[in-house]
Amino acid sequence: MLRFVASRLLAVIPVLFVVSCVVFLILRLAPGDPAAVIAGNSATGAEIEQIRAKLGLNESLPVQYGIWISKVLQGDLGHSYFLNKPVSDLILQRLEPTASLALGTIVLAILLAVPLGTVAASRMGGGLDRLLSVISVAGFSVPVFVTGYVLIYLFSIQLQWLPVQGYEPLSGKGGLWAWARQLILPWLALSIIYVALIARITRASVSEALTEDYIRTARAKGLHERAVLLRHALRNAAVPIVTVIGIGVALLIGGVVVTETVFAIPGLGSLTVDVVLNRDFPVIQGLVLFFAVSYVVINLLVDLSYLLLDPRIRY
Amino acid sequence: MTTFDKLWANGAFRFGAVVLGLVLLMALLAPVLGTVDPAQMDYNNINRSAGFAGNFTLTDGSSVAHHFWLGSDNFGRDLFSRVVYGARVSLVVAACTAAVALLIGVLVGMLAGYFRGADLLLMRFMDGLMAIPAILLAIALVAALGASITTVVIAIAIPEIPRVSRLVRSLVLTLREEPFVEAARALATPTPVILLRHILPNAMAPLLVQGTFVAASAVLTEAILSFLGLGLPANIPTWGNIMAEGRTQFSQYPGNVLYPALFLVPTVLAFNLLGDGLRDVLDPKFAKR
Repeated sequence: MLRFVASRLLAVIPVLFVVSCVVFLILRLAPGDPAAVIAGNSATGAEIEQIRAKLGLNESLPVQYGIWISKVLQGDLGHSYFLNKPVSDLILQRLEPTASLALGTIVLAILLAVPLGTVAASRMGGGLDRLLSVISVAGFSVPVFVTGYVLIYLFSIQLQWLPVQGYEPLSGKGGLWAWARQLILPWLALSIIYVALIARITRASVSEALTEDYIRTARAKGLHERAVLLRHALRNAAVPIVTVIGIGVALLIGGVVVTETVFAIPGLGSLTVDVVLNRDFPVIQGLVLFFAVSYVVINLLVDLSYLLLDPRIRY
Repeated sequence: MTTFDKLWANGAFRFGAVVLGLVLLMALLAPVLGTVDPAQMDYNNINRSAGFAGNFTLTDGSSVAHHFWLGSDNFGRDLFSRVVYGARVSLVVAACTAAVALLIGVLVGMLAGYFRGADLLLMRFMDGLMAIPAILLAIALVAALGASITTVVIAIAIPEIPRVSRLVRSLVLTLREEPFVEAARALATPTPVILLRHILPNAMAPLLVQGTFVAASAVLTEAILSFLGLGLPANIPTWGNIMAEGRTQFSQYPGNVLYPALFLVPTVLAFNLLGDGLRDVLDPKFAKR
């Protein structure tokens, strides 16, 4: 077991190294001199040169990478060009709305997709199964901003059941309900593609498990069909399902950026759009790094969860 | 039965081919479909509702009778004309992105699959690239490269390269052990010839399938980037740009956001279904994937 954990941990290192190189190079690819941007319009050549030296911009590219990555590893993601704050502060300030949106979406998607996929697998070709194939094709073809606007149009403008846009912090006056009310539509919009992804894998992997001998044994000993499905088929189908939940986080992160823009949620996604429009490269860098590292860490946790889900995995 | 008959018998392929054919036709025939200059503003026709029939003032000041099939936006530009011309941009971006992603992906995948020394380094790099969520990487690249058709195509293509190169690598790993490749090697065929003449043609079917899926995701990603205001410059009418401009007055005039979606969604759906159909017929090994 220790070997499994160690091998997974080691496998993450080269991935993170490549991610950090790509993120670093994106800033270097960008036109313009960061020192000139920081110094401002009225700066003299000597002042700019001073800032260049201070930031280490006169060093060779590998040395610059070394300076940058050693700061990043100490939690220093640099300073915003325009917002006069450390990048790490900006990220922490905007974390709550994004975490609320993303975690809620994951929970909602799992609650919808796993039962949907399981039932579809047990009644293949039935009505629910056909509904699932429609959802899975549509889920990948309808962009989240279209779903978002259709939901706003129906539930906020026509029916006026839910607020149009915005975000209420969990610690705000309205408490839990005010928070959830603002997030219902974003959760729904963002979860569709995720539901499509998870339900499709659940259906495939449960239906494969259903052909195994132990299912026949379970049925032969008179076990209730629901117990066969949940305790035997779904349990054995868990590894691919959990894997796709982890992989789907990449889609989710992309969707978060769009959803926050549609629903005017002041999280990391709308921060990303703002800083890209302003070309605030240290913040762009910090955000891409933050999202990519979160994605890698989540998938590492998914890998480690195999140990709990499938006792055969030991290495 | 020819391959085409088999494809045509596949419902998903047929739907995809017909819808994409219509979109292509629409893009090609844009000037004669009752459209006006998509950038032309007419301040006498601001926020017209769909189906409005009236006069449209042209650049030279003369006016023509015009049907505003989908209404007009807050600058008095004809929405139908903008959407129809927007199809051109979407299709060009889709085709170019698929071409770029396949070209580089094939190159990387072949190097990794055929030359074991290059494999570890290249595939580690591709793994790292895949760890950055696609839309985020595209956004960061557009931020660094600036926004034009070329840079948007590059920005959308780069996140697709790891998937293509992994596919090609796995195909090459299987194909290189085939007797016909061994025979070619025994005849001292130069390696580039083996790769291009013997291995590539056998990898065409899965590549075509992958290319269709790349095109679907390119149309979608371009629309998302433009919608966020990070894609093509606002003066180019693209489906994403039209929707981005419609956002400001969505509650009064939802059509400016929803009508372009009626073209965007079927186009993406058609690419996806075309890919499904091609995969089922040409590449049955991968059909269960």
